[in-house]
Amino acid sequence: MEGNLSLNKIIEKVNLSENVVRMVLEAPAIAQKRKAGQFIVLKINEKGERIPLTIVDSDAQKGTITIIFQIVGKTTAQLAGMKAGESLQDVQGPLGNPTEIEKYGRVVCVGGGVGVGVVYPLIVALKKAGNEVVSIIGSRTKDLLILEKEVGENSDRLVVTTDDGSYGVHGFVSNVLQEMIDKGEKIDRVFAIGPVPMMRVVCDVTKPHGIKTIVSLNSIMVDATGMCGACRVAVGGKTKFTCVDGPEFDGHEVDFKLLANRLRMYCDQEREAYEKHKCGCDGN
Amino acid sequence: MKNISVGAMETKDTKVKKEKVPRQKMPEQNPQKRIHNFEEVPFGYSEETAMTEAKRCIQCKKPGCVGGCPVDVKIPEFIKEISEGRFIEAALKLKETNGLPAVCGRVCPQEDQCEKECILGKKGEPVAIGRLERFAADYERNSGKVSIPPAVKSNGKKVAIAGAGPSGLTIAGDLVKLGYEVTIFEALHKAGGVLVYGIPEFRLPKAIVEAEVQYLKKLGVKIETNFVIGRTKTIDELFAEGFQAVFIGVGAGAPVFMNIPGENLMGIYSANEYLTRSNLMKAYLFPEYDTPIVRGKKVAVVGGGNVAMDSVRTALRLGAEKAMIVYRRTEVEMPARKEEVHHAQEEGVEFLMLHNPVEYIGNEAGWVTGMKCIRMELGEPDASGRRSPVPIKGSEFVIDVDTVVVAVGTMANPIVPATTTGLETNKKGYILTKDESGRTSREGIYAGGDIVTGSATVILAMGAGRKAAQAIHEYLSRK
Repeated sequence: MEGNLSLNKIIEKVNLSENVVRMVLEAPAIAQKRKAGQFIVLKINEKGERIPLTIVDSDAQKGTITIIFQIVGKTTAQLAGMKAGESLQDVQGPLGNPTEIEKYGRVVCVGGGVGVGVVYPLIVALKKAGNEVVSIIGSRTKDLLILEKEVGENSDRLVVTTDDGSYGVHGFVSNVLQEMIDKGEKIDRVFAIGPVPMMRVVCDVTKPHGIKTIVSLNSIMVDATGMCGACRVAVGGKTKFTCVDGPEFDGHEVDFKLLANRLRMYCDQEREAYEKHKCGCDGN
Repeated sequence: MKNISVGAMETKDTKVKKEKVPRQKMPEQNPQKRIHNFEEVPFGYSEETAMTEAKRCIQCKKPGCVGGCPVDVKIPEFIKEISEGRFIEAALKLKETNGLPAVCGRVCPQEDQCEKECILGKKGEPVAIGRLERFAADYERNSGKVSIPPAVKSNGKKVAIAGAGPSGLTIAGDLVKLGYEVTIFEALHKAGGVLVYGIPEFRLPKAIVEAEVQYLKKLGVKIETNFVIGRTKTIDELFAEGFQAVFIGVGAGAPVFMNIPGENLMGIYSANEYLTRSNLMKAYLFPEYDTPIVRGKKVAVVGGGNVAMDSVRTALRLGAEKAMIVYRRTEVEMPARKEEVHHAQEEGVEFLMLHNPVEYIGNEAGWVTGMKCIRMELGEPDASGRRSPVPIKGSEFVIDVDTVVVAVGTMANPIVPATTTGLETNKKGYILTKDESGRTSREGIYAGGDIVTGSATVILAMGAGRKAAQAIHEYLSRK
């Protein structure tokens, strides 16, 4: 860090569920500029890695941005362990292309797991643009469901699902979407954000009916400005960089198998680092 | 040349016939040892050796070497200071025209520039200008006596620089000394550009880059990291905020892939990614540092430039048992510096010349396991004057690999041109400049380095920064 415009201070930290955290960060320059669908890259400290996280919300006047993340490895665990008042060493953004927000008519926004946090700003923006917004959000179980109230307030209709039936509709978000289609409900566009299998299934559901479906990809990134190609994905048979060509793509064109593979590239190292972190062997 | 007291290495014989003193070698880490660490390979000259080498310079009245230097370093003058034991003065002389002497002394292709023009090189070996430059700069830095020029009174004019790489750091130093209020906006979290993300520690220790950056900050240059021009703010917004001129030195900044089947398999990297993980993120120190990198056992690096050499030598240090350069032409056409090729050979890198990958083969899990290559032969010379490689039909075969680094060049990163109104680019996306000053199609916007020329060298980018500094000074003096 050479002297950033902002201090990257954590203003607020709230646990949304057992392993999902919402954080409000001081980042005035990013808050000024950010649009729905964009993300930041953060690095906690000198030895930290750079990770991309979607900007869930921003307040240009207060100069703050909100992120939501799930604890999946060392960096996210370390981040979750930080307190309000502490600062991150580096926050860069806003990155990626904003979501194409237009008045499409009736849109269905599908969010799964921590992806509900990523789809939330789209719901807000699409509603504001005059769309009829139907939101379908889901999680494995009731305790892991996030942002139900916020999503509900910004949607014309909200359906909640849990895989285990502990809350809302028993089943997957894609089942609900399938039922809507089967009933002949008019759908002008779908936005689907969540785990790779969820996005793939949603795309499988909408494709036969020609309903354009936009997905937001969570590729591994390093510089996140188009320099390195770590985040490359295949879309329509062509290589694209998630960081500068995305993060949103036409889901019917995305090679989800490749995406899922590449997300596993550092599984072993990530596990090693996380284990060391948990037992305190890394000194953090 | 003054007759002065001499070091132990000079004999009476050499006083009579100075050209007989051989070009002084720089001691290096043993190749077998150094492939297990990331420490710098050459150790640098001792004071005695530096003076011996410096005395080889015959102090030409019309020195050709200076003409060979993109930033016009006062070569005979700084060498004379070394030859007389005034090492700090030598460093100051260097810094009159070169803001990054410790860097240039290490990474400049002197054999194609200053040393190529050295008169001693006509009959024998040229003066080791680069090694002497490195020596003087290191001496000053290690002495702790780095002098900061007196602060220049601000002229109240603000200049913004996009990119803290070689061109940006150079122009920042030049303009701040002329009284401008200079702010560099750097996209990454650390200043230095290719000097920190691209060139490995074993060729350019990062502490040196850090020292140069700190020096600039002491001169009064402001550096804002994590600031992506075009995203965090656009150039138009910077003008609206009161900046009166902008220099774009963002580098080429996008990797070239070959678009062959299987190129997105796991284990296949762009050189940009591979080197950024290792150098900037210090993945070679994982898990102490959090960024991982694949430590391949059988690594193929595609390409024949300096970046390819840096990648393959990094692979060795990350534990590769077999590290190969796969290049479609022959060693004669390889654009890498001879010194780099030599170092790679010493370290046990295999060179597969006249081979080109055509496809990658992967396993069930999606990891690369093989590289299908085709053999090539040299045909007619192409636009670059080099004989173009032609595939030999039916000669394909598969090489076992578990990691591949694609180092076949870079292309223009579109973020800045795409977000700056009225900024003209050529069809490859590089920014068009009107002349050597770096003037672009937009008044007040200048550009230089790889985003104008395409992939080139550190020193050429520095030269472009220097020229743009003069042009911006003239422009803002008129305003």
